[in-house]
Amino acid sequence: MHKVHSATVVHKYAAPRVAHRDPWVVQWGLTLVAVLTIVVLIVVPVVNVFYQAFADGWGAYWKNLTGNSDTLHAILLTLTVAPVAVVANVVFGVAAAWTIARFHFPGRSILTALIDLPFSVSPVVAGLMLVLLFGMQGYFGPWLREHGLKIIFSTPGLILATSFVTLPFVARELIPVMEAIGAEEEIAAISLGASGWQMFWRVTVPNIKWGLLYGIILCNARAMGEFGAVYVVSGHIAGRTDTMPLRVEKLFQEYNNAGSFAVASLLTLLALVTLVVKVSLERKTRLELAEAARLNAPGESS
Amino acid sequence: MSISVRNITKRFGEFTALDNVSVEVPTGSLLALLGPSGSGKTTLLRIIAGLEIPDSGSVLNLDEDITSQNARDRNVGFVFQHYALFRHMTVFENVAFGMRVRKQPKKVVQDRVRELLHLVRLENLERRYPSQLSGGQRQRVALARALAIQPKVLLLDEPFGALDAKVRQELRSWLRRLHDEIHTTSVFVTHDQEEAFEVADRVVVMNQGRVEQAGSPHEVFEHPANPFVMDFLGNVNVFHGRVQNGRAQLGTMEVDCPEYPHQESRPATLYVRPHELDIEHSPNGTASLKARVERVNRAGSVAKVFLLAAEFGLGLNVEISPERYTELALKTGDTVYVSPRKVRVFVPEYVI
Repeated sequence: MHKVHSATVVHKYAAPRVAHRDPWVVQWGLTLVAVLTIVVLIVVPVVNVFYQAFADGWGAYWKNLTGNSDTLHAILLTLTVAPVAVVANVVFGVAAAWTIARFHFPGRSILTALIDLPFSVSPVVAGLMLVLLFGMQGYFGPWLREHGLKIIFSTPGLILATSFVTLPFVARELIPVMEAIGAEEEIAAISLGASGWQMFWRVTVPNIKWGLLYGIILCNARAMGEFGAVYVVSGHIAGRTDTMPLRVEKLFQEYNNAGSFAVASLLTLLALVTLVVKVSLERKTRLELAEAARLNAPGESS
Repeated sequence: MSISVRNITKRFGEFTALDNVSVEVPTGSLLALLGPSGSGKTTLLRIIAGLEIPDSGSVLNLDEDITSQNARDRNVGFVFQHYALFRHMTVFENVAFGMRVRKQPKKVVQDRVRELLHLVRLENLERRYPSQLSGGQRQRVALARALAIQPKVLLLDEPFGALDAKVRQELRSWLRRLHDEIHTTSVFVTHDQEEAFEVADRVVVMNQGRVEQAGSPHEVFEHPANPFVMDFLGNVNVFHGRVQNGRAQLGTMEVDCPEYPHQESRPATLYVRPHELDIEHSPNGTASLKARVERVNRAGSVAKVFLLAAEFGLGLNVEISPERYTELALKTGDTVYVSPRKVRVFVPEYVI
């Protein structure tokens, strides 16, 4: 172990031997283009969101967020829909990753491809598909109405749409981690007398926890920010089916810039927090994968 | 506990991994499943553990049929080739796992783990994680973990396969001593004949999903049942000659082989191990073969001499003691005469 370690260190600090260096015009030119793009497209808009939100001071900001019952409801609704969608995705993601990483069956690659489908379908189309299935004129519409169930234009529809759009996050994160770790530890647990649940909670979950958390963070960020699919299924009813992104749009349409930016600042804040957590989790997931590669490597003995 | 494997057959698609295999593991013995890769030895081990289900045949523990029991209920200790230690658990927790899932009292678990860590000489490392251990240490943790559930039988899949030569040597003799101490019925898989002979009480030689021979290391080595076993168990010189009237003939050389007294001449293959050949400076009647010294290797405990019998275009490996080597004063290019002390003759089955 020690040997391997020192070898990497040596490699890392060895002076890079460069056969040819780009002229400074190219170096600085490229750097300038990159920095400018980031400033114009990312930094300025993000800073502006907060600037606009706080333009009239803290008091106004707070009032904009809490003083309006529809806005408050939108925040609460998002805080309900996103966690439910995240839970649904964790259950699905773990099950799907398990299926794909542990079993070889016909159609395995098709399933893997299907999991990614929500990423390539436009969210608006996703919402529309749900309306066509569960709406009044949809296939299940009459049956749902008979049984007094409402999906479209109500919370279940929002959850369905959000789950659909965020479906790939957890599974995509877990499949490579579970494949790298392999099934040997799980088999060992069973041979030592563990039940399926004991194996899952004591061996599998601790092994995949960082990858899982990473998936959850990304999934949550997307769930809270989802607009297109939710827009179609929600019916946009203020105080009932408006989530935070929908509320931002509505306030903006009503020329309530301060209110709109106040809600937008919350979503932006969420994005920034997600970014920080994501970066630190990314490091841990990489370590998890690297450790898996190292422990599973045959022939290691020092 | 004694384990019997009866007429096991296992296929993976088109590939037959095990073809009607039967093996007896006597109580308290240490048995080696020896064979090249693809011979089915690991599959057999996994079937005994309940990690694979045979297509037909049965596994008995004493007289109880455990074929349909799942791995969890078999109470079998399995040591995986790459150890499969729980990476997020300390050495202590790894060893304790089997008892924890059985909900044994804390005190019992603690005492037993300490006792086992003492047994595998890892007392000081109980707080370490698998990634902080050397290969040999991981191997011993895996063993302690398997022993913690007081298994009826201990199964080891290529236990020394992933270790370097020196550690492997140490662990081999250590495993043998450990077995003499705890007497758990054990089966281990290996492709290294030296390892099998050094550690095991009984050796089962496997090839292409079948058992070629089973017996004590001495029996198998001295009386190989067929050419495969002969060939697999270390270096061997192969001659193609004929047998007739209890004599085997190879060019001018003739040796006794009373097992084949038949009248008609049949093609036969003669096998001689390097240490069973003698080198002389002068011919010894019809019992020797003329050859030229090509190369000599004096490193190690024996002198290895490579000869060429030009008459047959046949290369020969001979191992002689250093004393004998000094006595003969062999030089490259010398003409010498080689005579076998012991020959094994196999006549291919007579096919009509």
